[in-house]
Amino acid sequence: MEALLALVIGVLTACGVYLALRARTFPVVLGLTFLSYAVNLFLFAMGRLAIGQPPIVASGTADYADPVPQALVLTAIVIGFAMTAFVIMLALKARAELGGDHVDGKH
Amino acid sequence: MNLLLIVLIPFIGAGAAAWISRLGRSYAAWMSGVVTLLALLCLLPLMGATFDGHTEIQRFAWMPQEGLDLAFRLDGLGMLFALLILGIGLLVILYARYYLSARDSMGRFYASMLLFMGAMLGVALSENIIQLLIFWELTSLASFLLISYWQHRREARNGARMALAVTGAGGLALLGGFMLLGEIAGSYDLSVILASGDAIRAHPLYLPMLVLVLLGAFTKSAQFPFHFWLPNAMAAPTPVSAYLHSATMVKAGVFLLARLFPALSGTPEWSWLVGGTGLATLLFGAFAALFKHDLKGLLAYSTISHLGLITLLFGIGTPLAAVAGVFHIINHAIFKASLFMAAGIIDHEAGSRDMRRVNGLWKFMPHTALLSMVAAASMAGVPLFNGFLSKEMFFSEAVGASTHLPFGWLLPAAVTLAGVLAVAYSLRFIHDVFFNGEPVDLPKTPHDPPRWMMAPVAVLVVLCLLVGIFPAQTVEPLLAVAVTGVLQAPPPEHDLAIWHGFSPALWMSVIALAGGGLVYLVRKPLFALEARTAGRLEAKAYYDRLLGWVFAFARAATRLLDAGSLQRMLFLLVLFALALGMSGWLGAAAPLTGSRALLPVDGVSALAALGLCAAAVGATIMHRQRFVALVLMGSVGLVVSLIFVKFSAPDLALTQLSVEVVTVVLLLLALYFLPQHTPQESSLLRRGRDLLLACAAGGGAAALAWAVLTRPYRSIAGYYIANSVPGGGGGNVVNVILVDFRGYDTLGEITVLALAGLGIYAMLDRLSLPGLARDAGGRAWDSDLHPAIMASFTRLLLPLALLVSAFILLRGHNQPGGGFIAGLITAVALIMQYLSNGVEWTHSRLTANMHPLIGAGLLLALLTGLASWLFGYPFLTSAFGHFHLPLAGDFELASAMAFDLGVYLVVVGATLLILINLGMMHDASRPPADGAERA
Repeated sequence: MEALLALVIGVLTACGVYLALRARTFPVVLGLTFLSYAVNLFLFAMGRLAIGQPPIVASGTADYADPVPQALVLTAIVIGFAMTAFVIMLALKARAELGGDHVDGKH
Repeated sequence: MNLLLIVLIPFIGAGAAAWISRLGRSYAAWMSGVVTLLALLCLLPLMGATFDGHTEIQRFAWMPQEGLDLAFRLDGLGMLFALLILGIGLLVILYARYYLSARDSMGRFYASMLLFMGAMLGVALSENIIQLLIFWELTSLASFLLISYWQHRREARNGARMALAVTGAGGLALLGGFMLLGEIAGSYDLSVILASGDAIRAHPLYLPMLVLVLLGAFTKSAQFPFHFWLPNAMAAPTPVSAYLHSATMVKAGVFLLARLFPALSGTPEWSWLVGGTGLATLLFGAFAALFKHDLKGLLAYSTISHLGLITLLFGIGTPLAAVAGVFHIINHAIFKASLFMAAGIIDHEAGSRDMRRVNGLWKFMPHTALLSMVAAASMAGVPLFNGFLSKEMFFSEAVGASTHLPFGWLLPAAVTLAGVLAVAYSLRFIHDVFFNGEPVDLPKTPHDPPRWMMAPVAVLVVLCLLVGIFPAQTVEPLLAVAVTGVLQAPPPEHDLAIWHGFSPALWMSVIALAGGGLVYLVRKPLFALEARTAGRLEAKAYYDRLLGWVFAFARAATRLLDAGSLQRMLFLLVLFALALGMSGWLGAAAPLTGSRALLPVDGVSALAALGLCAAAVGATIMHRQRFVALVLMGSVGLVVSLIFVKFSAPDLALTQLSVEVVTVVLLLLALYFLPQHTPQESSLLRRGRDLLLACAAGGGAAALAWAVLTRPYRSIAGYYIANSVPGGGGGNVVNVILVDFRGYDTLGEITVLALAGLGIYAMLDRLSLPGLARDAGGRAWDSDLHPAIMASFTRLLLPLALLVSAFILLRGHNQPGGGFIAGLITAVALIMQYLSNGVEWTHSRLTANMHPLIGAGLLLALLTGLASWLFGYPFLTSAFGHFHLPLAGDFELASAMAFDLGVYLVVVGATLLILINLGMMHDASRPPADGAERA
């Protein structure tokens, strides 16, 4: 399982980096979104993997998944959305003011 | 308490003066005067004990766990400086009231002035040297504000920047010096440092520490070769010059020499560095002052020269030299402040400060002339004026020091030469300005200023005379106690008298007076000579060249790294991250795989992971078809939420799922305004290079994740799990962490979310973009924009969706859910109405103004936190209890619930604000779906 998750994180990072290096705004935003998936999963992985042990306290259960990275990632997801929204609006603003969607304002 | 108040009152007063200036021009001056008097009143009760030789130390716990206290110290030296700062400050405040014109902002002037005063008092009264340094830097910052007060003048801005750069660089050196000093002495408290002088001088790090500390002192006190900022700071209004360059800012450097005198002095290194610099500055300043045609320029170089004199005295290092040094600090502050004020009056009333034009003012302003002449005579060291006394002590110390020096006669000769020059430039000040023919081409007819503008000058001049004629009755007690503070020992036997017999010092004074007169007589050929050689020794030119190099280097470095290309910068960023990661990896030689037991792989998971990888890679390959890439990205997000489900993170799965929906809707809306295809621009080589870097980054991330996942670890999770129910009243540990244990972080996060929403709102304001008329296949929009079935269904679904979100919100404390998730679900439900029914229909039923919602949410979260203060608990302490409702049964209610409701409101508000505004832009730009379009 661990290998699978590591593979997923690696593929998401690679796709994110490649897209972020493109010259137009929309692919860069997609790349940033991929990168935030990868980062969120990576942060989540800091708590190691556990199956069937949600951190909901119940009597008779002793093992729980680590709730700390989960709390961290939960807010990271929401803030990540705010960031994506901000960047895409910047792209729209740039298109309106510069007349193109090149990341450096070229035509 | 008093010492803290003395320092704090001017800082508080600065705000008050700035505020009150809106009521009228004089109010700021009155407020500043009252503030200064208040600080003096706080000092008064402590002065008796200080005169008896008591050192008052007051401590206030600041960061006790780090051993840091706010510590203030009042001994003779500190008291002398506090009196100078407050006393001359009071006179300058009065003077500035008449000096500033109607166009100058009174509030800004007096606020900066009081800021500076507070910082300077902090320097004089600090016990902890790090704290002293903080106030030291504050004086640099406040002086920047004061020197650049006339911001519209280029020379004011340049002068202020130069002063800040030089004194700021010195402050950095001083920080290093103080760190070393604190480590050597084992404490940052002055009491300890001053008592361990022998250990400090014997320490191997003594010399570097001394050099660093002296760099700080010399830059502040405008010692050669750092003197050049002071003449350039003359662009400041004259009250500022009178305050900063007589009694305060530049005196901070010599204050430091005096303060650390018992700890650092007494070594050959000290004598040569401090004495040598002082002598060079003394001569250089006196020489340069003679040739300045600008009145304030003359006074500026004279100040440099006198500071050199004081530095030289501390460099000589005998107790008697220290007496002379402290005495000259007092005398120089008095006569130089009055001279600057007089120069300001002349400038103010005559419209010029150029001594080639300002002549013969005796007839026009006799009172000012008389006052200036007394002060200038004091500066020259004429008997019966205070400058004479300390200068004669200085001469006799120079003679004394010369006996144990090789070529010893050089020192008395050099200081006599400086005396000659001082007499010459003082004479020039008097004769050129008040006699020497008629005024040349002045813009206005000069006359004496208002009485109250002259009053401060008069007070200082009377002091010059009193101290000069009756030294033992006036200044002696203050001098004695200040010297005790410097030496940390009783002052040596000294005699403040005008007549000491026919000593060598007397003859030196006679030579200085006679020689000065002679030099002034032959000034014309000297000026001609100087005019030919001018600019050779201009330190400002070196400073400008150095600054030019620094800027050129910064520009070159910026050009190298930031060529205005995001692609290049990102490439470098990832490359460097990779290189750093690799070097750490190769350097540590740890195995990639750890010892943790692994979970078995099941078929469904493998399939999902492969699907995710395929979708991600597919999106990357097909990224030029933007719509397809976006859909693939959305599917990746859904699998990510499945991963969270699989690995026991139900809250994350719910959040990811709802965020994914919102993100895809958002990006679809945005795509409507962007090109549907990405043109192929990059060369094959470049794409290959990017691919290589991306694969390396991905490989690195995967390896890192693998290394972490296979290693055992220790977590702080146990604490949260154990305390979730008893401490936070909730079973869902993730939610309890968010709204209780780390509630403060969450408050910050929803604030960021709110700010992002508002920022986007501002960005979209009045933005207009052409929408998309046809899709990628060339098809036009359908005329049936809101299909009836979809519209009816979403209307039906709305209450159900809201019910679900309420349920998720309420149960969030104990079961998966909470404010974030519930907010996103509500947002999705409402956005569905927009999508299926259109903006107009929805707007007639739901307000688009989300700002109150966001504000209410933030306020609710904040108030929940503040409420715990009412019960005497720290911010955001949660309370919970069980309640019984008839029929419904037992309920648990936690204050965290209110906080979570705040989170919910902010999330709903910010998400809707973003999407609705984008959607409205969308609607406005939609082409009319008429028949022609369809045909």
